[in-house]
Amino acid sequence: MFEQLFPILLLFVVAAVLAGVLISLSIFIGRRTKLGKKGQPYECGIDPEGTTREPFPVKFYMVAILFILFDIEVIFLYPWAVISKELGMFGFIEMLVFVLILLVGYFYILGRGALKWD
Amino acid sequence: MFGITHFLFIAVLLFGVGVTGVLISRNIIVLLMSVELMLNAANLAIIAFSRALNVMDGHAFVFLVLTVAAAEAAVGLAMVITIFNNRRSINIDKYSLLKW
Amino acid sequence: MIDTTAASIDFSIIAPEIALLAAAFIILVSVYNKKMRNLAPVIATAGLLVSLLIAIEQMGNPKTGFFGMVTCDDFTVVFKILFVISSLLILMFGRRYFVSKNIDRPEFYALLCISTMGMMVMASTTDLVVIFLGLEIMSVPLYVMAGMDKRSLESNEAGIKYLIMGAFASGFLLMGIAFIFGSSGTTDLRRIAADFQFIGENYQLYFNAGAVLTLVGFAFKVAAVPFHSWVPDVYQGAPTPVTAFFSVGPKAAGFAALLRIFNFGFEDMEFISDIFWMLAVLTMTVGNILALRQGNIKRMLAYSSIAHAGYILVAFAVGGSAAMSAAVFYLFAYGLFNLGSFAIITQLEIRSGCKSELSELSGLSKAHPYLSAALTVFMLALAGFPPTVGFIGKFYLFTAAIDGGFIWLTIIGVLNSFISVYYYLRVVKVSFLEKFEGTFVPVKYTPAMMAVLLITLAGTLGLGIFPEKLLEISRAAIFAFL
Repeated sequence: MFEQLFPILLLFVVAAVLAGVLISLSIFIGRRTKLGKKGQPYECGIDPEGTTREPFPVKFYMVAILFILFDIEVIFLYPWAVISKELGMFGFIEMLVFVLILLVGYFYILGRGALKWD
Repeated sequence: MFGITHFLFIAVLLFGVGVTGVLISRNIIVLLMSVELMLNAANLAIIAFSRALNVMDGHAFVFLVLTVAAAEAAVGLAMVITIFNNRRSINIDKYSLLKW
Repeated sequence: MIDTTAASIDFSIIAPEIALLAAAFIILVSVYNKKMRNLAPVIATAGLLVSLLIAIEQMGNPKTGFFGMVTCDDFTVVFKILFVISSLLILMFGRRYFVSKNIDRPEFYALLCISTMGMMVMASTTDLVVIFLGLEIMSVPLYVMAGMDKRSLESNEAGIKYLIMGAFASGFLLMGIAFIFGSSGTTDLRRIAADFQFIGENYQLYFNAGAVLTLVGFAFKVAAVPFHSWVPDVYQGAPTPVTAFFSVGPKAAGFAALLRIFNFGFEDMEFISDIFWMLAVLTMTVGNILALRQGNIKRMLAYSSIAHAGYILVAFAVGGSAAMSAAVFYLFAYGLFNLGSFAIITQLEIRSGCKSELSELSGLSKAHPYLSAALTVFMLALAGFPPTVGFIGKFYLFTAAIDGGFIWLTIIGVLNSFISVYYYLRVVKVSFLEKFEGTFVPVKYTPAMMAVLLITLAGTLGLGIFPEKLLEISRAAIFAFL
């Protein structure tokens, strides 16, 4: 059994070693700069004011996360669109159910007020 | 000749990178990205097999996996936001209330 | 043999799932309305009850549909009943806890329904793709439920840890499914089982790699050592009723899928039994030994749940219908007394400021004699004393192991049970012998809580004395697909 599994094991070892090598290379060989002036954000040579990592209002993240979900769900519409003629009425009703399920999610979001901006 | 083994090699390599990332990274966002990498490596393997076997099942499966990955990412990011609100840090070393 | 190619779209097969989903949707849409929002537990209970009734109706009437993707045999039905009952019990004793911690949200009940539906999907299929989907439908709500207490740092941590470890496990599982798919050209376990010899000859390497990766994925989900590191943290950090939910349903669903895959699909795989006994020995021993020195009851029960997963894995190592039906029996029994003990911990934690440390139990027998008596029964059941169902379950498991020729595995199992007696009885000792300190806080019982305690107590003792019916059911479940 071991001989048969050996190539797979080898693949995993190679993957782990590669990841390890890449990381250790960047740690050991990569030039490290003492964070001084170099660590500062550069903007037209003028000294920066405040930090660049301003926290965004959480609303942006909310919308982004919700967008990912609805965006991905739509990929199921493409395969259906390709063969919608063959599937006929049955496929249409199935898709309607699918969209209805998404709609429930949408109504939930609305009800929770996740899309309100102010 | 460019065959299934090449695709599988890439897939397993990506998978290994993802696993290593989960095991050594200390930043939650990087952890989530590593997990996504693992799922997508598996996707690549499925697509490669599907093509080699000349069946369509694998393609449909990949769509499902993509959706699952999106759902997991959404929940993960939402949790990161909650944690950041409570703690102002996304470094996993600082989460020592419960021993990791 | 069930026809795999039946292209029947028969919605009666998935009616229990539809009922749960409908309940969840009604709850989600009703967040607009204040009054409806408060009805969420009622709607969820109604959905679960309808689902339970339909599932019982499906018993003894095997069907397959959706192009062979969904199978509903007695095995499926038995597990569906187990999932629904555990969710119902959680619902009954969870509400008051959430109200007292000020985290009672309607979403919880919707998530509970959806998660239960995912478990059902996992148990009701022979297709690896659908098993994966069911697993994710089950898991994603669990992650949210673990992190439900948004203001509690522990709960946050439990949520994110569970999410990362769960997704990590899904990655392994998915890679395993990819390799199995690549080597066999199908994801249907029935076809894999039929063509097993053929696959074995031609694509041994990919197939074995796939099987091992799949096993790793599920080992994470059922908390087998060495993939258990997330369990104690998640169990301790999550709100207590949610922890109770984790310890029964998802675990049973994981074992159901494992049963389907490894004892039905890959039945003829040679080395799988070896892997299972190693997992079983490790899981039992590590779980029990680490449980010895826990000061937190939830953490202790987490390790104890790892140990119990080990006992069930013994059945997987042995294989065969006797051991498998013992495993199903044990899952039911474990569900009962574990939910009972979690109900008591929940009840105690409702008192303000309690973190379910072991020391908080001191003097419990004076303050709440009935509660401590019930706790004693559940601890005895967990340790496996007669006349509780815990003893009967272990008895069947280990008899099956001896019959299967795994005598030393049985010996290790029995030794482990002896170790576990120490920490279970310590709970009893603290509650009976140690002096009560601090102020007396009365515990208010709700009718629902009383009902949960009575049901679990009656089950633990009643099934311990008359186990025949449950054994019959679990045998029927196994014979449905063997």
